[in-house]
Amino acid sequence: MRIRYFAWLKQRTGCVEEELDLPAEIETVADLVTYLGERHPRFAEAASGRGVVRCAVDQTHAEPTARLAGAREVAFFPPVTGG
Amino acid sequence: MIRVQAEAFDPGRELSRFAAGRSDIGAVASFTGLVRDSHRGERILAMTLEHYPGMTERELERIEAEARQRWPLDDSLVIHRYGRMLPGEPIVLVATASAHRAAALDACAFLMDWLKTKAPFWKCEETPSGEHWVEARESDDRAAARW
Repeated sequence: MRIRYFAWLKQRTGCVEEELDLPAEIETVADLVTYLGERHPRFAEAASGRGVVRCAVDQTHAEPTARLAGAREVAFFPPVTGG
Repeated sequence: MIRVQAEAFDPGRELSRFAAGRSDIGAVASFTGLVRDSHRGERILAMTLEHYPGMTERELERIEAEARQRWPLDDSLVIHRYGRMLPGEPIVLVATASAHRAAALDACAFLMDWLKTKAPFWKCEETPSGEHWVEARESDDRAAARW
């Protein structure tokens, strides 16, 4: 699965994207956040703040409870600030 | 129509083109967002907008489709830039056309409110003390929730 990071989350993980083979028990966005937090402690720190880290599964906004089955790309980013 | 681009644009020219050759439209409403030269008392030297190519276009198309479902619009236009821009430059233009003003004005406000909370753009400001990512504002969430 391709994991992408945007805005200041790139600085927290030290990468723009990474390709990961996830263990089968990672079923939801929330599971993935916990898993990625073990790889990147500063991502875990950001994700512990309520609503600070948002997610999109295959380029559609997704809640922590969203399932990852069949997903090819998951992105994490702070709340958007366009316009 | 949705346009996501790095190039600068001229809002006046875009609006003239938007309504050109149409005699069925009674109202055109628009909003132009510009880069400001200060934020919370600090001078802004430049602003860089990062976005999520692919998702940005999808989200904007979804938001535009929602507006056209809710209001009787004859046409709509969203132009949003990414990359580095200087104070005074336009970042975003939203325009809506309808037979009457209420639909055009409401749909234009709706498009901006939803765009600000859903379209995947992130602003990074360059200031004399360094670069800062702009934080999302709760007032934007409240504005989007009213629709």
